[in-house]
Amino acid sequence: MRTGVECLMDGLKKAGVQIIFGLPGGSVLDIFNGLYNAAFEFVLARHEQGATHMADGYARATGRVGCCLVTSGPGATNAVTGLGTAYMDSIPLVCISGQVPTHMIGNDAFQEADTTGITRPVTKHNYLVRNVDDLPRIIAEAFYIASTGKPGPVLVDIPKDVQRGSTAAPSPNEVKIRSYNPTTEGHPRQIEKLAEAINKAKKPLLYVGGGAIAANAAAEVTQLARKAKIPVTTTLLGLGAFPETDALALRMLGMHGSVTANYATHHCDLLVSVGARFDDRVTGKIAEFAPHAKIAHIDIDPSAISKSVPVDIPVVGDVKQVLKVLLPLVESKERAEWLAQIQEWKQKHPFVYDQDESKLMPQYVIEQIYALTKGDAIIVTEVGQHQMWSAQYYKYTKPRTFISSGGLGTMGFGLPAAIGAQFGRPDKIVVDISGDGSAQMNFQELVVAVEHKVPIKVVILNNGYLGMVRQWQEMFYKRQYSATCLGQTARGKNEKIKDRPGTPYLPDFVKLAEAHGALGLRAKTRAAVVPMLAKAFEADGPAVVECLVEPEANVFPMVPAGASLTEMIQSMA
Amino acid sequence: MKHVISIMVENRPGVLARVIGLISGRGYNIDSLNVAPTQDVTTSRITMTVPGDDRVLEQVTKQLNKLVDVIKVFDLTERKYIDRELALVKVFSSTKNRSAVIELAALCRAEIVAVQNKAMIIQMVGATDAVDNFLELIKPHGIVDVSRTGVIAMGKAEG
Ligand SMILES: Cc1cc2nc3c(=O)[nH]c(=O)nc-3n(C[C@H](O)[C@H](O)[C@H](O)COP(=O)(O)OP(=O)(O)OC[C@H]3O[C@@H](n4cnc5c(N)ncnc54)[C@H](O)[C@@H]3O)c2cc1C
Ligand SMILES: Cc1ncc(C[n+]2csc(CCOP(=O)(O)OP(=O)(O)O)c2C)c(N)n1
Ligand SMILES: [Mg+2]
Repeated sequence: MRTGVECLMDGLKKAGVQIIFGLPGGSVLDIFNGLYNAAFEFVLARHEQGATHMADGYARATGRVGCCLVTSGPGATNAVTGLGTAYMDSIPLVCISGQVPTHMIGNDAFQEADTTGITRPVTKHNYLVRNVDDLPRIIAEAFYIASTGKPGPVLVDIPKDVQRGSTAAPSPNEVKIRSYNPTTEGHPRQIEKLAEAINKAKKPLLYVGGGAIAANAAAEVTQLARKAKIPVTTTLLGLGAFPETDALALRMLGMHGSVTANYATHHCDLLVSVGARFDDRVTGKIAEFAPHAKIAHIDIDPSAISKSVPVDIPVVGDVKQVLKVLLPLVESKERAEWLAQIQEWKQKHPFVYDQDESKLMPQYVIEQIYALTKGDAIIVTEVGQHQMWSAQYYKYTKPRTFISSGGLGTMGFGLPAAIGAQFGRPDKIVVDISGDGSAQMNFQELVVAVEHKVPIKVVILNNGYLGMVRQWQEMFYKRQYSATCLGQTARGKNEKIKDRPGTPYLPDFVKLAEAHGALGLRAKTRAAVVPMLAKAFEADGPAVVECLVEPEANVFPMVPAGASLTEMIQSMA
Repeated sequence: MKHVISIMVENRPGVLARVIGLISGRGYNIDSLNVAPTQDVTTSRITMTVPGDDRVLEQVTKQLNKLVDVIKVFDLTERKYIDRELALVKVFSSTKNRSAVIELAALCRAEIVAVQNKAMIIQMVGATDAVDNFLELIKPHGIVDVSRTGVIAMGKAEG
C-alpha cells in the first residue's frame, strides 16, 4: 500500500521529473512534506504565476515537460495565466494543485475554488482526483497527454483526503487511453502530393512555426530547405527552427515581420506551413493572404487545418516524421529566378532604425546583445515592442533559443520563464529582454534567481511607456496617450496625475535589482550600452541592465490589423 | 443550417461540462442537447443540434474530437440518420374540448398519458418537424406547459 502522496512522488519520478516549481499552502501540506526528502529539486517561486512561467520556460528550453505545484483556491487561480500562456503556445506542462477534502467540495470551504472548472478552457486536459486508487493512473496519463500529440498543459487537482489516502494501485508502466490517439504519421498519399507540389512549384516558400520546434525537427526543416532550395520564413514561435544567418532565411513574417518575408508570402506559388497555425498576426487579411499560392499544411492537430485559411494539401502528422518521409521524394532544385527575386527584396528592405548616434535606440541594444553573446544566447522576452525588436534584431540559429509568449502575449512571462530556462540550460547565457511595463509584472521572482545563483540577465528597454499600446495610440488614435505613460510626466489627463517634470521614473530599477540581491546597472547613453551589457554578462550572478531608450521609437514594418501583408507601414512619416 | 451531432464520450464526471464549455466558449450555439449512457455503461452519447454553416460545423467537430474524453464524433447531417424527440404537452381541457383534443392526438399518433380535471398531458414522439406540427395544431386548445427532450439520433449505416 502507498499513500496518495507516495503515488504522486513515484509517478513524478517515473515521468522523469527533475525539478518542480511552486509554492505551498494548506491543501498541499502533505505533498510538500513528501517532497522534503524527494529526489527532485524544488524551486520556491514567490507567486504561483511565476512558478507556472518557470515551468513553461524550462519546458520551452529543454523540450521536457515542465512541472509546477500550487495550493488550492488562490494558488490555483494565480496559476491560471501561466496555464493559459502555455496552452496558447502548445507547451507541455503538468500542474499539480491541492484541493479541499472531497467531502467538503461544493461547500464553499476555506480556499476552495472550482479549479478544474476554472482551468478547463486553458488546459489540454484536467483531472479532479476523487479516489486515491485512480491517482497513479492519472499522474501517468497527465504527463502522457501533456507531451504527446499537440502538447499542452494538464492540471491534476488532488483533494487533501486523496493525498492522505492509501491504495494498492500500482503506477502504470504504459499509458493507453482509448479516446486519445493522436495521429503522428502523415498519410503517405498526402505526403506524395506535397512532394509533387514542391517539385512542380516555381516559387515555393516554407512557413515554419512552433510545431517544428515542438517536434524537434529543425534538422529536417533545414535539410528540406537546402535540398529543394526553398526559402524559409518563420513565425515568432518558429524562430530558431531554421538558421536566420542562412541565405535562404527571410526572417519572421506577419504583422511585424520582414518586408521580404511578407512579399515572398504574397508572391509565392506554394506555401508550405510546417507546424504553423495561420494566426491572425501572421495572415493579416485572410482574403488576401498568399493569393497566388497553393497551400499545404503539416500539423499534428486536425483542427488547425483550414481553421482560418483553406488548405489545399493537408498532412496531419508530426513534423519530424512527415519530413523524414517527404525528404527523399523531393527533388534538388536551383530555382535561380525566385531566389534572385528574394535576394533583391532582402537587399532593398532590411530591418532599419534611426542611426542618429546621439540617441539610445532600443534596436541598437538588441544588436549589441547579439554581438556580445555571439548569437548563442537563449533570448527570452516579455511582451511589447521590445519583444518584436528581439525577434527582428537578433538572429536565431538554433531551436529553443527564442522563448516568448506568442499566443496569449503575457506580460510578466519573461523573467520567470528565463529562470526556468536557465535551470534547464545551465550551460547557456539566458537573457530576458524586457520592457519597463512588463518588468513590473513578476519582478519578485528575481530573488529566486539570486538564491539559486541562476545567472539570468534582464535587460530592460525602458521607454517610459507601455510602448506597444502607445504605438497603436500614436498611429490609430491620434496620439492620445491614454494610460500608457509610465513615467511621471505626460500622463493622460484622465489619470488626474499632475505633470511633475523632473520627477524621476518609478520604480528605480537599479535599486530594485539591488533590493532583490542582484547586480543593477543603468545605461543612459548609447556609448554606455556595450560596457554595461558586458559587465552584466561577465557577472557571476543575475544582473539587471536598465537602458533608457528613445521613448517614442516604433516597431516597423507594421501591417495594420486586418490589412493585407503587402500593406506594410514602414515609418511614421 | 441545423446540424445533428452525435458524440460518444467517456461516461465520467465533468465530460458534459467540457463538451458544452467548448461549444459555448467558442461562441457557437446549442439548440438542443441530450445525454445518457449507452449500452456500454462506461460510455455516454451526447446528441446536440447546432446551427451553423458547414465550415463552422467542421471546426466544431474537429474541436470536439480533440477533447481527451471524446471517443468519437459524428455529424449525422452528412449521412442518413433517424432522429426523434419526445415532447410532453400539458393542454388545457374541459368537457367542452376534451374529445377534440383526443381526436387530434390520435390523428397525430400522440398518446394521452395523464388526464386531470382541467388538463391533459399528451406525449408526442417524432421527428422535430412532426413534434412542432403537433404543438402548432394543439395550440388553439391552450397549452399550459411543454417539455421536450431535444433530438436523439442514430445513423442508419449498418454495423
Ligand atoms: C505583440 C505581439 C505581436 C506579434 N506579432 C507577430 C508577428 O508579426 N509574426 C508572427 O509570426 N507572430 C507574431 N506574434 C505571435 C502570434 O500571436 C502567434 O503566437 C504566432 O504567430 C503563432 O506561431 P505558430 O503559427 O508557429 O503557432 P504555435 O502556436 O507555435 O502553434 C504550433 C502549431 O504546430 C502544431 N504542432 C505542435 N506540435 C507539432 C508536431 N510535433 N508536429 C506537427 N505540428 C505540431 C500545433 O498543432 C499548432 O498548430 C505576435 C505576438 C505578440 C504578443
Ligand atoms: C498581462 C498583460 N496585460 C496587458 C497587456 C497589453 N499590452 C501589450 S504590450 C503592452 C505594453 C508593454 O509595455 P512594456 O513592457 O514597457 O514594453 P514596450 O512595448 O514598451 O517595449 C501592454 C500593456 C498584455 N499583453 N499583457
Ligand atoms: Mg515600455
